[in-house]
Amino acid sequence: MKYIALLLSGIIFGVGLILSGMTNPLKVQNFLDLFGIWDPSLAFVMGGAIFVALPGFWLVRKQKKPIFNESFDLPKSKDLDFRLIFGAGVFGIGWGIGGLCPGPALTSITFFDIGIYIFVVSMLFGMLITKKIVN
Amino acid sequence: METEFTPITSLLGGALIGLSAVMLMATYGKIAGISGIIYRILPPVLRKESIPVGILFIFGLLLAVPFWNLFFGDIERQAVSDNYFILGVSGLLVGFGSSYGNGCTSGHGVCGLSRGSIRSLIATFSFMFTGFLTVYILRNILGL
Repeated sequence: MKYIALLLSGIIFGVGLILSGMTNPLKVQNFLDLFGIWDPSLAFVMGGAIFVALPGFWLVRKQKKPIFNESFDLPKSKDLDFRLIFGAGVFGIGWGIGGLCPGPALTSITFFDIGIYIFVVSMLFGMLITKKIVN
Repeated sequence: METEFTPITSLLGGALIGLSAVMLMATYGKIAGISGIIYRILPPVLRKESIPVGILFIFGLLLAVPFWNLFFGDIERQAVSDNYFILGVSGLLVGFGSSYGNGCTSGHGVCGLSRGSIRSLIATFSFMFTGFLTVYILRNILGL
């Protein structure tokens, strides 16, 4: 049951990405083309997600603990530091260039396309660089 | 090339993403931030419990496309580049940036904003701004 919940969460997340159009890099890039051929769809993806997650999180956090875990595992940092803003900014540049962010990139692995593999391997390498710097 | 504006399917897809995030929070108390989930299972792993959670969630993500193909058919997909060098650079920036900034579109943009996190709001502004700027430069200045 524990494991099924995780697997199911992953499938639902992936299906949500596909249905919403996030696995189409051109659609993502067109959302970022604010002053060109703008496709506002992705604002609706974020809106739909927050519309469910905001009240959902609120309800869940009223519970003492999660169903299969001892406690909630939430970020504690409150700092608005260079690392946060710079990291997010660099991420945005990569997102704009390829039209892919981590969720859609992983979901797209099962399209079995070489371009995606190159993207994902590079992305993992980028994360390992962060691990090297931070630790 | 233009893409069709799809408010309904995008809204519904977004709602599924939100549902998944609530499920993960309700069952394991974890944030459905994909960059964080991947980052925590890359070596060196700080907490062993991250591994089964991450692997199973990611395995679920990998099943989404076959699941969709089985029940709903083809998925519309248009690559923005078939240049492997560009895709590699883009992946590197996404991987480094999202992990260094502690989150991506899902962790900051969906979960963080839904928790009312100021950090996530700032991060979302930051990646949206550089995303808009990057595409502007690519399409209008470099003419790609």
